[in-house]
Amino acid sequence: FLGAGGGNDIQWCFSQVKGAVDDDVAEADIISTVEFNHSGELLATGDKGGRVVIFQQEQENKTPSHSRGEYNVYSTFQSHEPEFDYLKSLEIEEKINKIRWLPQKNAAQFLLSTNDKTIKLWKISERDKRPEGYNLKEEDGRYRDPTTVTTLRVPVFRPMDLMVEASPRRIFANAHTYHINSISINSDYETYLSADDLRINLWHLEITDRSFNIVDIKPANMEELTEVITAAEFHPNSCNTFVYSSSKGTIRLCDMRASALCDRHSKLFEEPEDPSNRSFFSEIISSISDVKFSHSGRYMMTRDYLSVKIWDLNMENRPVETYQVHEYLRSKLCSLYENDCIFDKFECCWNGSDRQVYIVMTGSYNNFFRMFDRNTKRDITLEASRENNKPRTVLKPRKVCASGKRKKDEISVDSLDFNKKILHTAWHPKENIIAVATTNNLYIFQDKMN
Amino acid sequence: QDMQEKETVTPERAEEAKLKAKYPNLGQKPGGSDFLMKRLQKGQKYFDSGDYNMAKAKMKNKQLPSVGPDKNLVTGDHIPTPQDLPQRKSSLVTSKLAG
Repeated sequence: FLGAGGGNDIQWCFSQVKGAVDDDVAEADIISTVEFNHSGELLATGDKGGRVVIFQQEQENKTPSHSRGEYNVYSTFQSHEPEFDYLKSLEIEEKINKIRWLPQKNAAQFLLSTNDKTIKLWKISERDKRPEGYNLKEEDGRYRDPTTVTTLRVPVFRPMDLMVEASPRRIFANAHTYHINSISINSDYETYLSADDLRINLWHLEITDRSFNIVDIKPANMEELTEVITAAEFHPNSCNTFVYSSSKGTIRLCDMRASALCDRHSKLFEEPEDPSNRSFFSEIISSISDVKFSHSGRYMMTRDYLSVKIWDLNMENRPVETYQVHEYLRSKLCSLYENDCIFDKFECCWNGSDRQVYIVMTGSYNNFFRMFDRNTKRDITLEASRENNKPRTVLKPRKVCASGKRKKDEISVDSLDFNKKILHTAWHPKENIIAVATTNNLYIFQDKMN
Repeated sequence: QDMQEKETVTPERAEEAKLKAKYPNLGQKPGGSDFLMKRLQKGQKYFDSGDYNMAKAKMKNKQLPSVGPDKNLVTGDHIPTPQDLPQRKSSLVTSKLAG
């Protein structure tokens, strides 16, 4: 597998772990989203308690030559708070469902964060100077007695300890009846979409009091509801194109030039199902939990319960590649349905924009995560665990024994801990650095540098 | 003539049989309306102070039925009590990731 040899294989090593060590996890500490910014210098996490924590990579000149910069806390703030909609008797969770960064235009950084109902644009800015020498105020802020002012001076800026401030610049509210699952910034960097279970809205980043509805799959009679929207994303280059996935395993590509309401798709991606294989679980496990375009925009990747599929945008009738994440779970579907794990929403991500390499990564149970190399067709299973935390020691690949005699170092399916799920992972846009979120800890792994 | 082996049951079908054995009333369409409606209704909390006070008056000495596993499902018999509704979240602290 990857890492087992070969000049171009990546050898992953533990770099850092963030978060509490204790096993008793407070619900608020459950990590719900992880995202690198466009340069990879910043890494943001969101949690169930509505908080955002941003880490910043150390500058190159400060790090030893054998490792890339470490990520340290840069800013943390409360993005969303719990709300109660009294009119609808609806409790609105503060959990951050998604964070998406805007590309940097000036000294400040901007990100969008969303809970189930409200999207917020946050500005994160640095302050490293402050004015001193006011005429009417003391240094501590108290006003001076004006009669004691006998001379005038010009206040000057003096350096101060770096302070990072986060402020909400826009609040995009009241546009979603159902629960927001995705936000995606358009390649025009002026608009973005937000998707809930039944509708997708288009916003302008400057305008908060209106948004355009571009997809509406709500049936006139709710009894006829057969599928919901599970994820949506804008094409990385074509500002008129976006896709959305459904709970029935289909992906629809829409072109906003075609009509104002994109209810009729331009392309429908669906793998034909073998009717003889159909079971009670078929539709549930085919539900797509994440969709991600490749950097070029030529391909897209979808994640369903058991697999990752790569689609060529030019071919609608089947994926070009399918990778099994944890096929051994197919014979455990009954208990996974009973404990609700079958509804877990795993995300997936592409490697950074290295043109030669195409690797996809996704999480699994037991704090395992998987990578698939599209070129070599090799795959690897790694574990995010504090037991492996020796920096610069290559992570040992893991193997699950599906049936039969378990070899040494293999773990049997029945020993897997289904409470240890890796749902969120992220890959640095340029370097071989990955961020992997377990329930309440964030692991950072790096390529071993020689 | 060789005896063909009977078509083996796929792992998924075997799991389905297990589930149906446990829950004979399980609906035929898991992806259908009821299932999705439950997903759409996440977060719905019902409390009617009128019903609650009436029930308190009538059932002074009786135990109210305890909350089942699905708190959000409103039935005709069960009257949510303030204890059943989740508490408003406590005041907010810094994430342990930043600690």
